[in-house]
Amino acid sequence: MTPGARTAGDRFGPYGGRYVPETLITALDELTAAYRDASADQGFAADLRVLLEDYAGRPSPLYRAPRVEEAIGAGPVYLKREDLNHTGAHKINNTLGQALLARWMGKRRIIAETGAGQHGVATATVCALFDLECVVYMGTEDVERQALNVYRMELLGAEVRPVDSGSCTLKDATNEAIRDWVTNVRDTHYIIGSVVGPDPFPRMVRDFQAVIGEETRAQLEAAEGRLPGSVVACVGGGSNAMGIFHAFVPFGDVRLVGVEAAGEGLDSGRHSAPLAAGRPGVLHGSLSYLLQDADGQVAPAHSISAGLDYPGVGPEHSWLLDEGRAEYVTVTDDQALAAFHRLSRLEGLIPALESAHALAHVFEAGAELARHGPVVVCLSGRGDKDVAHVARLSGAETDE
Amino acid sequence: MPEGFIAGEPMSGASFAQCFARCRADNRAALIPFLTCGYPDAPQSLELLQGMAGAGADIIELGIPFSDPLADGPTIQRSSFQALERGMTTEGTLDVLRAFRAGHDTPVVLFSYLNPILRYGVEEFARAAVEAGAQGLLLTDVPAGADPALESRLSAHGLDLIRLIAPTTSPERVAAIARAGAGFLYYISRTGVTGARTRLRRALGREVRAVQGRVGGIPVAVGFGISTPEQAADVAAAAEGVVVGSALIDHCEREGAEGVRDFVAALREAMERDGPDRSL
Repeated sequence: MTPGARTAGDRFGPYGGRYVPETLITALDELTAAYRDASADQGFAADLRVLLEDYAGRPSPLYRAPRVEEAIGAGPVYLKREDLNHTGAHKINNTLGQALLARWMGKRRIIAETGAGQHGVATATVCALFDLECVVYMGTEDVERQALNVYRMELLGAEVRPVDSGSCTLKDATNEAIRDWVTNVRDTHYIIGSVVGPDPFPRMVRDFQAVIGEETRAQLEAAEGRLPGSVVACVGGGSNAMGIFHAFVPFGDVRLVGVEAAGEGLDSGRHSAPLAAGRPGVLHGSLSYLLQDADGQVAPAHSISAGLDYPGVGPEHSWLLDEGRAEYVTVTDDQALAAFHRLSRLEGLIPALESAHALAHVFEAGAELARHGPVVVCLSGRGDKDVAHVARLSGAETDE
Repeated sequence: MPEGFIAGEPMSGASFAQCFARCRADNRAALIPFLTCGYPDAPQSLELLQGMAGAGADIIELGIPFSDPLADGPTIQRSSFQALERGMTTEGTLDVLRAFRAGHDTPVVLFSYLNPILRYGVEEFARAAVEAGAQGLLLTDVPAGADPALESRLSAHGLDLIRLIAPTTSPERVAAIARAGAGFLYYISRTGVTGARTRLRRALGREVRAVQGRVGGIPVAVGFGISTPEQAADVAAAAEGVVVGSALIDHCEREGAEGVRDFVAALREAMERDGPDRSL
């Protein structure tokens, strides 16, 4: 079964679309055409390849994690080391692609939204590289949680605009970025950080991230001579997950496992798991599963990880869920925090709190997963940005 | 139903065609004020609607508040959040409209985003809105052609889908939107979100006339940023309707219901005094 092949136009099954203000339609048409032309252009592909290799450091290694295997009593378990990319996460794959595209379109001003700050840093980085003006919107709560990344963006020459409306997190930063785009659409390109937003963003961001899965497939073929039994990745908007899933979607025997943030527990109402506990709705330009109340108001999300703290999810994930091609599970704040500590001690790898959700599921269900063949986990980012936050949390726990 | 609502024989709203015909006969543009339902609270919303109708509003846009109003600037965001905090809902908005219909036939456009409507149920909403007395529906995140099946379900029970046209909309698309349009078309005066501005763009009159040339006679209203009687009069010289939103909320914040009535009356007077001389 290949759901990817059955999607058409601007949608994945019923999901996706372009639910945006009229002002953006022309820009989305231009972007769609530019992306189509650039995708067919060998020069564009060559420029992107050079940047991914020489600037971002690709291919990222596929690392076999012996002490994780020992801990779960099964294997093999591999970590796809997106944490080793320049700027510390998978986000640079997308921002390099979109910055090249902005240059292709002649847009000199870039805007972005950010939650954990990883996408903001990755955007600020490519804007420095391409000499583009850069404005990053960030919720005030995240500015607080991720102070180091704010300073990093400023070092790189970006302007960080704090957003204090609504829940003051990623959702509200995205609203404000869209408002900026509506206002400055003629000279501005919006580098969306995940597989969300109106068409063509979900498929375009997925394509820029698909390098993760393509490398994984070749690397595992070289190491094991076979396909993975399962591929596990955390899902906020879902770009690292779509990136590593995409190459394996046509192979029905490969289990695709997305891990959403259960926050303080699905029953608490304080979580970020729309696929597990939401229902289809429209936010930020596309139809997809969404956390919402009985009146269709978007419900606030919660996660210990700023990068997963989002009430929506990319439309292709909704489609993969409905089609039964991918399975989605949840992991709580506490489980993710435990996995954060555990991987640090076991492998000397401090994972991002986002990636720690995927690892927590492997610590929990790894033995079962390994029965289907090699387990691949997308280690989507490194945890340096989270160290201060985790230290504060640990300190608070100690004080009690 | 909120306290203070008047029970009475409900009136049916006038059609947009009747409304614009009347304005044409008076040689003036239609005045279209906007109000977020539930702002400052439900009973005061009803009072504001009645006051606007009494002060000369020709059509009223009534906003169903949404948690993530990404086409709106700070003023309407603020009014939406306040309305939601005070418990306004989609059904509550229809209740206010029903109460308004007890004494007024001013045509009403419900203005919102798609998600509250999806959650209410598309068919159910389309029926309930007509039953409550709405003539039109404007969803800022459903551009023409975005979801043809949804759009025909929304209009199946008699609601006119009011379409937006932006300065960035191509001439071909303007014509296509007009072919699918009903009631009137809403030209956005500038790229950007809603919100009062001290100055309107110089090219606006020319742009409005260019749009009018492509839409085959459907009335064109202009909104976004119109904040003073002088600006309203300028726009009324070129367009068949003038939408005023954020500035009204600003007046309400500062001066309450009386200030809103006075402001609507001042807008109407300025638009009548100048008349459509096509000089903008």
